[in-house]
Amino acid sequence: MIELQNIEKSFDLGRSFVVSDVSLKVERGQLLCLIGESGSGKTTTLKMINRIQEPSSGTIIVNGENILQQDPVKLRRSIGYVFQGIGLFPHYTVLNNVAAVPSLLRWEGSLIHSGCEEILEMVGLPIKDYGDRYPSQLSGGQQQRVGVARALIAKPEVLLMDEPFGALDPITRAGLQEEFKRIQRLLNLTVIMVTHDMTEALLMADQIAVMRKGQILQMGPPKELLNRPEHDYVRKLIELPRNRASRLEELMDSL
Amino acid sequence: MNQNLKEQLLLLPEYFQGHLTLTLIALLLGILLSIPLGVWAAQSPRIKRPLLAIISVIQTFPSVAILALVVALLGGKIGVLPAVIALVLYSILPIARNTVTGLDSVPSEVLEAAMGIGMNPQQVLVKIKLPLAMPIIIAGIRTATVWTVGLATLSTLVGATSFGNYIFTGLQTRNLVSVTVGSIAAAAMAVILDALIAGIQWLVENRNKSINSSKYNRVRNILVGAVLLIVVGSLSSILPRSEPDFVVGGKGFTEQYIIAGLLAAKLEESGFNVEQRLGLGTEIVYSATANNTVDIYLEYTGTVWANRMKNSHNPGRDSVMRGVFNHVERVDGMVSVGALGFQNLYALAMRKDRAQELGIDSIEDMIPVAHNLIAAGDLEFFGRPEWIALRETYGIDFSEKLTFDAALMYNAVDDRQVDLIVAYTSDGRVAAFDLKILEDPRSAFLPYDGILVASSSASKNPVFMGVIESLVGQISDEEMREANRIVDVNGGSILDAVSYLQSAID
Ligand SMILES: Nc1ncnc2c1ncn2[C@@H]1O[C@H](COP(=O)(O)OP(=O)(O)OP(=O)(O)O)[C@@H](O)[C@H]1O
Ligand SMILES: [Mg+2]
Repeated sequence: MIELQNIEKSFDLGRSFVVSDVSLKVERGQLLCLIGESGSGKTTTLKMINRIQEPSSGTIIVNGENILQQDPVKLRRSIGYVFQGIGLFPHYTVLNNVAAVPSLLRWEGSLIHSGCEEILEMVGLPIKDYGDRYPSQLSGGQQQRVGVARALIAKPEVLLMDEPFGALDPITRAGLQEEFKRIQRLLNLTVIMVTHDMTEALLMADQIAVMRKGQILQMGPPKELLNRPEHDYVRKLIELPRNRASRLEELMDSL
Repeated sequence: MNQNLKEQLLLLPEYFQGHLTLTLIALLLGILLSIPLGVWAAQSPRIKRPLLAIISVIQTFPSVAILALVVALLGGKIGVLPAVIALVLYSILPIARNTVTGLDSVPSEVLEAAMGIGMNPQQVLVKIKLPLAMPIIIAGIRTATVWTVGLATLSTLVGATSFGNYIFTGLQTRNLVSVTVGSIAAAAMAVILDALIAGIQWLVENRNKSINSSKYNRVRNILVGAVLLIVVGSLSSILPRSEPDFVVGGKGFTEQYIIAGLLAAKLEESGFNVEQRLGLGTEIVYSATANNTVDIYLEYTGTVWANRMKNSHNPGRDSVMRGVFNHVERVDGMVSVGALGFQNLYALAMRKDRAQELGIDSIEDMIPVAHNLIAAGDLEFFGRPEWIALRETYGIDFSEKLTFDAALMYNAVDDRQVDLIVAYTSDGRVAAFDLKILEDPRSAFLPYDGILVASSSASKNPVFMGVIESLVGQISDEEMREANRIVDVNGGSILDAVSYLQSAID
């Protein structure tokens, strides 16, 4: 469970706010998509949840505990995070990148290895082919999948993902989205996922929050957004996939 | 093979070991000091700027000055310790600066990810920042290595053995073979150590990538061999070596090398194990003897009288000697064994035909024409109290006062480029160029009697004192001049001059 109460964030001592008065709640096992234009404060919001950034005001509760009263290092080890810039360690092999969190948690060696094997298989990078490679020897999409594997391996209850599937081709992407959704349901993960792709959000999310200029314009289940957009910007956002879908239908009919 | 070259190569193992040991100790300490310093500085710009500024300023100090300052701070202690301290000071800048640069260059998204997955600041530093900065830090270590090998040649000046022994002895005794051997040896050591570090770096970087590649294994075997050789080479210098019974010191010019050689030869004849530390600065060898690091060396009365006792008047040869003996013993606790018999004082010298032309026999005769004459002195003379004394005693000045390296000065007067030079009376070249020494009836020039000064600890050994005392009064001006001439003019070795003196004494 993740809950943000009246979160504000300013980088210039209150002259301007990158995030202003954001409140949201994600129940256990739910997936919330954050969507919004570039610079609207999505990444900043995510970073505050594992204390890479500290909020200027407001309260954040994760699994019933106020995170500001927790040891940040422990908190971060308990939360999976897929970074927007991927942030793989260039001097670590794929295997060691994925094993980073379990090592910090002092898992047993054999357990780490079997965990890595399983998770890398799942993201389509079998350990025997990719385990010994360095990030520089991977494509952008492969790096992104290693980033997802690194966030998932320790089976965190809470997962924060910043554009995790951005650099993937449509087929791999669709496959990974489905696979991820399966795991998320299986492990009952609580997820906040940032995306720019409304289709992705509509297909994967239990809740969608649309952000602009640091504020949440509208938040609700995909159906609600589709049926009752409360804002011009939200309308524009959902019109895009809708128009595409109807144009595709026309194309199909004309065959 | 050329005899001279052969003699030089015989010295190679000892100088190599000294140089290598100095370099490795200094580098090791430099690394252990600079990387933490760099890590500390990289944490906060408040520390970074002043710290790097201070280190850079140290770097701009002339290296010889740093050496002298370190010796002074250590209370006159010479040898490996001050040399290593000075070398470490110089190695800090490249390593610390590159550590800071390397740490700063780690991409922020990587740092954010490291922190974001739950590494604590220490883990971020050790697991992420330092490994990623390592190539840049190693580049700094390589720079420091090349600098240190080069600067270590200066350690000779403070009595630590290095390839500098070749260079400074060679420069002073005009032995170009010696200078060349020393320079090539130092350059080769720099290149080899640099390549070695580069090789180690390559191995570390390719550790995971090419476990089975044959190139990798070949490079590794070569490196392991080279490192083993170096370790053995430098370790053997740490192994217990026969401590010398006595250390003979000396300053850095021909006469000093010869007398030191003579002292060493005499002591060895009596069965002592002797070490020579030559090419030391005047101040350094004096204080080293005062604190028993050096046991015996050749000093000059005028030097102590003017430089240490700060006297400028000249009460005459005997009074000066008495004053100096008193100072050496009462003030600095050493033992003045006695005068060898010769003097090495400043004197004005001219070509004989030029002196005849001008009708000059003594400095007094020169008074009316001095303002038309061009004079040449060594690098320090016109800044010394002797020049002031000369000017004031006779009321003379010259139309031009040029400074020269000693060797060039003699050529200049011989070629009539200058009218007179400020020569040294024991210099073999006075005779070789057939120069006339002008008399000094008003005693403007201080006496410079060659005296033997012994450390208090050595003076307690009666056999040692017996050997040294047997030399007192044994070397005349003519004999010393001839010994100097063998080296400076005839191109003979120090050993040739020593055996000449030995036969002259017996
Ligand atoms: N450390 C920081 N210091 C100052 N300003 C910052 C900092 N981090 C982010 N910002 C600013 O905050 C605003 C929101 O940034 P954020 O990264 O949250 O946007 P985003 O919604 O994730 O955008 P994108 O979709 O492009 O990733 C931007 O205007 C950005 O310039
Ligand atoms: Mg972002």
